[in-house]
Amino acid sequence: MFGKLTLEAVPFHEPIIMITLAVVAIAGLGIFGAITYYRKWGYLWTEWLTSVDHKKIGVMYILVALIMLLRGFADAIMMRGQLAIAEGASQGYLPPEHYDQIFTAHGVIMIIFMAMPFMVGLMNIAVPLQIGARDVAFPFLNSLSFWLFVAGAILVNVSLGVGEFARTGWVAYPPLAELGYSPGVGVDYYIWALQLSGLGTLLTGVNFLVTVFKMRAPGMTLMKMPVFTWTCTFTNILIIASFPILTATLALLSLDRYLDMHFFTNELGGNAMMYINLFWAWGHPEVYILILPAFGIFSEVISTFSGKKLFGYTSMIWASGAITVLGFVVWLHHFFTMGSGANVNAFFGVATMVISVPTGVKLFNWLFTMFRGRVQFTTPVLWTLGFMVTFTVGGMTGVLLAVPGADYVLHNSLFLIAHFHNTIIGGAVFGYLAGFTFWFPKAFGFKLDERLGKGAFWCWITGFFVAFMPLYILGFMGMTRRLNHYDNPMWQPYLIVAFFGAGLILCGILFQLAQLVVSLRNRESLRDVTGDPWGGRTLEWSTSSPPPFYNFAVTPTVRALDAFQDMKERGEAYLRPDHYAPIHMPKNTSAGVIIGLLGAVFGFALVWHIWWLGAVSFIGMIATFIARSYNEDVDYYVQPDEIERVENRHHANFAAPRSVLNTQPVAEQI
Amino acid sequence: MSSTVMHSNHAVAHDDHAHHDTGGNTVFGFWLYLMTDCILFASVFATYAVLVNHTAGGPSGKDIFELPYVLGETALLLVSSCTYGFAMIAAHRGFKGQTLAWLAATFVLGAGFIGMELNEFHHLIAEGFGPDKSAFLSSFFTLVGMHGLHVTAGLVWMIVMMLQVSRRGLTDRNNTRLMCLSLFWHFLDIVWICVFTIVYLMGTI
Repeated sequence: MFGKLTLEAVPFHEPIIMITLAVVAIAGLGIFGAITYYRKWGYLWTEWLTSVDHKKIGVMYILVALIMLLRGFADAIMMRGQLAIAEGASQGYLPPEHYDQIFTAHGVIMIIFMAMPFMVGLMNIAVPLQIGARDVAFPFLNSLSFWLFVAGAILVNVSLGVGEFARTGWVAYPPLAELGYSPGVGVDYYIWALQLSGLGTLLTGVNFLVTVFKMRAPGMTLMKMPVFTWTCTFTNILIIASFPILTATLALLSLDRYLDMHFFTNELGGNAMMYINLFWAWGHPEVYILILPAFGIFSEVISTFSGKKLFGYTSMIWASGAITVLGFVVWLHHFFTMGSGANVNAFFGVATMVISVPTGVKLFNWLFTMFRGRVQFTTPVLWTLGFMVTFTVGGMTGVLLAVPGADYVLHNSLFLIAHFHNTIIGGAVFGYLAGFTFWFPKAFGFKLDERLGKGAFWCWITGFFVAFMPLYILGFMGMTRRLNHYDNPMWQPYLIVAFFGAGLILCGILFQLAQLVVSLRNRESLRDVTGDPWGGRTLEWSTSSPPPFYNFAVTPTVRALDAFQDMKERGEAYLRPDHYAPIHMPKNTSAGVIIGLLGAVFGFALVWHIWWLGAVSFIGMIATFIARSYNEDVDYYVQPDEIERVENRHHANFAAPRSVLNTQPVAEQI
Repeated sequence: MSSTVMHSNHAVAHDDHAHHDTGGNTVFGFWLYLMTDCILFASVFATYAVLVNHTAGGPSGKDIFELPYVLGETALLLVSSCTYGFAMIAAHRGFKGQTLAWLAATFVLGAGFIGMELNEFHHLIAEGFGPDKSAFLSSFFTLVGMHGLHVTAGLVWMIVMMLQVSRRGLTDRNNTRLMCLSLFWHFLDIVWICVFTIVYLMGTI
């Protein structure tokens, strides 16, 4: 009836986990109670959970990403705490089997359930607005993508309290991930969490490519698209080209585990290296999937706050394209030590180094954009400057690792750990946080508190360097990754320093939480009445903040790159038509949330071998999808009088400060 | 204040371009999805190519493939592509009954293909050559079976389409969906030609 699931699956004997679960349960009950008390379930269901509005879906993505950031960070600081004390006789507080789950969960969560949804969330909020569209090409599919991702996130979190998570590292290499060596349910949780969210990501990729290629405002040729839209487009190309490989790879691993097949086993002709090749054929493009949108955000931020157009727009696009292509021919550098021979290693080493060329082009473009600009040192700009320094360090250690000979020494050491955190935190995360601050007023209608934001930045960046520079040194000293205990007193001082670095990052996160609370409280004084709080250059700033659900009352006509800046210069911004035409909009649907939640049930059933539940939930998913296809009442027209009402309200909002605004766009507001 | 009147020539010109021609968007989106499916198959083909000689003392393709039988299977699937083409021609002309008939013919041929494939699998497993016997057999069953699952999904979709066409006729929405299913069906045919060539023909040489 319940497959392998018994009450023993709940780790009652692990105090750390039980306390965590208790806190989660209390917080969950509190939220549940609050929603019930204030009678907000109906609102939540109709306005958010069933919404197909790309802006709301984007907000939900980022909300989940922030929650998962807290979870992933809790894992991180537990590991740093353990290593700060677990030398020699001291065993620390994390036994190996728990520590192994923690580093696996940390990696999976941070990449798949923090960075990816953060990026997809920003893309959801900004891209349709930047191209002057009213929604994405397939709004229902967008909702479905989100809920499939949530299903994966649910599985990862359920694994904390029911059963275990994988102990294999986030890459789940066989033969360790095979049934013989990982007989528990951990790897199965890993597989189904990634499969569900991966399917969601794939659909997002298809959806946004069609959106960008088919739904741009008239006049917006490809080379007039904002840089963020461009980098997201390259990311989506990478997604649709690489995520199917992950799907196939995980499917083969599941066949090994569930049907006793022999793709990657040690026995009967299986080949574990095949998995590792396939995994990184997805995994390396994946890091560019994460970083390219961040590059786009830095470009938007630095050009907006320098008050200049981006230096070298064309070269920026081509550099992104080059990175997209090169991203597919470097995967082998993740396992130079496999022994493919000198020539193969040399090819992939050189290809890896070549990627630093287009990346360097971008860095110079950003520097030259600031050159002779009037740079305003707002929080997004601080993140951008911090990125430029940090990412350059990370890029250089990457080039160092790209030398196969050096890699043989540093492979699997903490040097590698320091390197990829250097690029992912200093590159992707700083970028997303910059984008978060930059587009927050667009999504919510008020700006974030600057002082707390700057505090967060300084804590994050100093914390980052204090936490990870010692890891470079430890790598040179021979410390390998994934240790929960060591016998070398020379390492301990560095690990203690790294622990304090993690503490500084914690301060940064606390500053950010405080920033959200304080800004929410002071939202009236931080209110963005114009829709253009920063003196923006692209179309998302031409509509109100938050934008009306239809985004643009009249589809904008684009004449130049930086379309909104161009409109402002021509004096055509904020003009109103003599009448409005009806707008065609999609209706909300519950199919996405139902299919997503059934997906979570499906994954859970397969993890625990509850076959009947797996069959029922799978049929439920298909049936919901088919039922949805019968529904022809999926869209409607917004009538001109409603548009007129919404628009009047917005224009009345900033009637008064308008004259000030025209002469002095941003300075006094910051 | 701001209610300066725009030059009305572009005020309403493009008011709802966003959701016009959604059929074209859908077909383009579906095409992109098919390309991702193509990569999915490519990954499994690559795995098959790597593992084809890892027979671990078990049978190789030469020992277990029966070319004439597979040729029959292939014929069913290729003919089903033709019948689907006739269904599309009928749909373009607006002949609902003919469309349904051709769809039904396609369904029967596709179901025949799946039946033959299941029969082949059944025989192999009964003879002790199941997917758990060697890496080669794992990759063979997975590659061929994955194609079979796709065809099965196509058959389910075809039933849904027949019901929707018979109930609502050849509406724009249904025609777009028939077009997508058409792409899907022909795509699976092309994949099968690759399977037939790489797995069966090259396996028996």
